[in-house]
Amino acid sequence: MRIVLFILLLAITSAWAGSLAPKLDIGRGGQCVDDPKFMRKNHMKMIVHQRDDTMRLGIRGGKYSLAECVNCHASKKDDNVLGSSEHFCQGCHEYAAVKPDCFECHSSKRKAVAEAAK
Amino acid sequence: MSDEVNLNRRQFLTKASAAVAGIAIAPGMLLFDFAHGRPLGEPASSTVRWGMLIDTTQCETGCNECVSACSKENGWPEARTSTDVQWIRKVDLKQLSTGRQSSLPMMCQHCAEPPCVDVCPTNASFKRADGIVLVDKHRCIGCRYCMMACPYKARSFVHEPVLDHDSDMPRGKGTVESCTLCVHRVDKGGTPACVEACAKAGHRAILFGDLNDPNSEIYLRIRSVTTSQLRADLGLNPGISFVGL
Repeated sequence: MRIVLFILLLAITSAWAGSLAPKLDIGRGGQCVDDPKFMRKNHMKMIVHQRDDTMRLGIRGGKYSLAECVNCHASKKDDNVLGSSEHFCQGCHEYAAVKPDCFECHSSKRKAVAEAAK
Repeated sequence: MSDEVNLNRRQFLTKASAAVAGIAIAPGMLLFDFAHGRPLGEPASSTVRWGMLIDTTQCETGCNECVSACSKENGWPEARTSTDVQWIRKVDLKQLSTGRQSSLPMMCQHCAEPPCVDVCPTNASFKRADGIVLVDKHRCIGCRYCMMACPYKARSFVHEPVLDHDSDMPRGKGTVESCTLCVHRVDKGGTPACVEACAKAGHRAILFGDLNDPNSEIYLRIRSVTTSQLRADLGLNPGISFVGL
């Protein structure tokens, strides 16, 4: 009886969580540099690792790059990963209640657009 | 249809190889060297040391092209007050006894023994293997010790929030920054924005290159004309040298 109740509870909560999950504008989307499941959980470690390699050692063109995240995932409407709960970075970080510091300094706009505004 | 395409391609290749042979002076040696950056995935090497030679006799008083090019390239607003961010500035000199005037651009001197790196408590200020002195803003806590330590007053603190971010040069409030020798361009085989702007304005006062490469123009020039470093008495061995000071 307890097990049945537990399973029922699990089903209800997961359905509820599913309805609250952010509906994201994934921008261009397509094939990510790694498995999306892995990236969802580990993207911050990957970009921090690459950041140190690029900044301090000068290694360019690595697999993980914040600029490339933005290039793929910026909304097609306004070329940005921030702006509303539907935007790729902001939407998911709001849902997970974590604050990304990246865009205090880095551009949240697709590169071509940021450069045209220069 | 496809034959035609192939033929054109073949013709193109033949012509192209003839053109390359034209500028090759010996097998494996080219008269002109093509701009090439470091291959992707490779770290900066200590066999290279980037530097500049500034010819103050070619630098025009009143010309501000290098400063505005830097400002545009790296996304810092041109300074209004002395506390504003300023990666490069023009300095006018006058010798009091003779009245001789000269002008020169001042920026980070990319020292071999940088005092800003010595004093940094978080290792944010560092010298890259190829001699470029940088601030790792991920680690910078904005203490400004490096600004105090720098004898050239080359670094500035970002007091105000940055609104329009540049995709190549991230900048943020609360960190210290200075000339990066346009590291994002140099890594791709390019030259710093100020050098390009100076040449475009017809002055050619700034020569950029690898101080360790015996074939580079800067190496040959430093060995053929009298040059001086700023505050050489401090023993910091700056990567920037001057002609005509």
